Amino acid sequence: MTQVPATPGQAPDRMPEQSPQTDERLSSTGTVARLLKRPEMGAVLAAIVVLVFFSVTTDAFFTASGASTWIEQSSTIGIMAVAVALLMIGGEFDLSAGVMTGFSALTVGVLTTHWGWNAWLAIVVSLLLCAGIGALNGFLVLKTGLPSFIVTLATFFVLQGIDLALVKLVIGQVSIQGFNGLPGQRSASWLFTSYVSIGNLTLWSSFWWWLAVTVVATFILLRTSVGNWIFAVGGAVTSAGQVGVPVFRTKIALFMGTAICGWLVGMLNLFRYNTAQSSDGVGLEFIFIICAVVGGCVMTGGYGSAVGAAFGALIYGMVNQGIPYEGWDSNWLYAFLGVMLLAAVLLNNWMKNRAENAT
Amino acid sequence: MSDSVSTSDNVAGEPLVEVRHIGKRYGNIIALHDVSTAVRAGEVTCVLGDNGAGKSTFIKILAGAHDYTEGELLVDGKPTHFASPRQALDAGIATVYQDLAVVPLMPVWRNFFLGSEATKGVGPVKRLDVKFMKETTKAELAAMGIDLRDVDQAIGTLSGGERQCVAIARAVYFGARVLILDEPTAALGVKQSGVVLRYIAKARERGLGVVFITHNPHHAHPVGDRFVLLRRGRSMGDFGKDEVSLAELTDMMAGGAELESLAHELSQTMGDDSQVASSLRASAGKPPR
Repeated sequence: MTQVPATPGQAPDRMPEQSPQTDERLSSTGTVARLLKRPEMGAVLAAIVVLVFFSVTTDAFFTASGASTWIEQSSTIGIMAVAVALLMIGGEFDLSAGVMTGFSALTVGVLTTHWGWNAWLAIVVSLLLCAGIGALNGFLVLKTGLPSFIVTLATFFVLQGIDLALVKLVIGQVSIQGFNGLPGQRSASWLFTSYVSIGNLTLWSSFWWWLAVTVVATFILLRTSVGNWIFAVGGAVTSAGQVGVPVFRTKIALFMGTAICGWLVGMLNLFRYNTAQSSDGVGLEFIFIICAVVGGCVMTGGYGSAVGAAFGALIYGMVNQGIPYEGWDSNWLYAFLGVMLLAAVLLNNWMKNRAENAT
Repeated sequence: MSDSVSTSDNVAGEPLVEVRHIGKRYGNIIALHDVSTAVRAGEVTCVLGDNGAGKSTFIKILAGAHDYTEGELLVDGKPTHFASPRQALDAGIATVYQDLAVVPLMPVWRNFFLGSEATKGVGPVKRLDVKFMKETTKAELAAMGIDLRDVDQAIGTLSGGERQCVAIARAVYFGARVLILDEPTAALGVKQSGVVLRYIAKARERGLGVVFITHNPHHAHPVGDRFVLLRRGRSMGDFGKDEVSLAELTDMMAGGAELESLAHELSQTMGDDSQVASSLRASAGKPPR
């Protein structure tokens, strides 16, 4: 897996595929310097700082049960942050990503509790609907040439309207009840609410999904042709087209991927809490974007990291849980997020400029 | 990924691409008329002309972006019409445009293979062959005489000349026999232009046919084997290297008569002894008054 260091003091290379040829001019660029150039470095370091801070200043934070809580809180946000990060690297936004998590859960909830569908069938229908909306987002952005910010803002409001008005029209209320025990619900549960316990540490399904999504996204981004295309369509879309990158397909796939992750998070929440509300997910779209940016993604595209976004979500989860442990007003979270966002954007731009200009 | 030096089986002297009295009309506008020249393996054909001379129309015909309306285009001796740039590319004619089609933030090796990535494995484990791509990029650039410290650096960190060369090396690697370079030195300083000219010479050494579009005779003359001069959409001649000197090229390019009248105009406004006017007259080949 790793190679023998070429020179004393130089640790093995980060990736197994690293070129074995060592150029003598590279000897000064050690592993540390190389790692510091990675876009996710800021998020990893910030996560360590946050972890240490809350662990030292509170008793409950760095315990098995405390960690179970903030890991679970990070996980659903993390799944979305990773998807949104990929989309952002591809040069687009999705403001409908938050409300999508509510929409998918409500779809399954209404189909099962009101019309008595089998849960599995409802899950599949919900998946297809979400994927379709994602494709529509992408199609509209690419065909109209409008900024994705505007197109997905429209989708966001349309979905929010459906979640509130249509759900109320059909089932007469704005939350799903009596979901537990319906046909197929129990068998589908293992997919979304299983957990692994290590002592007092409980790792829910959502954590494993988060891990899987991050690993798959990172693999796609760094080690497949599609990943190359994602960076290219975000970095210089005209150039990408000129050398034969399928711009249209790549962007559509990114929008669909984000929507499908929205579906996944909707399912995780629905099966975990056995309820869904019309307002679910509204407002989270900005949290996802903040996590992606904290994770090293540049707003203008072409630069960023999936691992970084996962760490961005971890920071969010830790702070979200750490603030009440400190006994502070939980609304300070928002002020913290604002400061983090600004700091991250400045750091990212600096990193990006360095990657672009420094030799 | 065909062999980049597949040109050796071409009969020496046989043109890879030849145009005969070629022309292009857009409606009733004549963009190009009666241009003839040839591109041979291991030769650099320079297309010289000022802005609006028809250079870009000429490139677009060769690159397959536009079809021609007059004359003939022969590829390997066969009359050809390209329906798309893809067809031109498949025939081994690659065009390196001024914007180079690179993504500045991406590493050199990713840019080199962008759109034609090398992969290994099948199905869900189909992945980039990173080692192969990095080594190939390094080797191909080395063959062009560019010794890169690290192919992992963002291509935006390279100088303009080096970026141009990566684009050229990429076209060569992916099977180009004929390379069309659209004003590769236009945005570069003197030193960087020198770098690019060296790589053009290198490409010629490797047996490629090069079409070098420029408005600078000082860049064209040292590396060119043939010179086509365009002016207002018409060919002013197709010369071999031994048929034309740098001074003649410069003179034709600038339009000796136009320079002279400019010198005359300037000497009226600035006085006969003005340095600008007398040096212009000198370039136009007239003795100082």
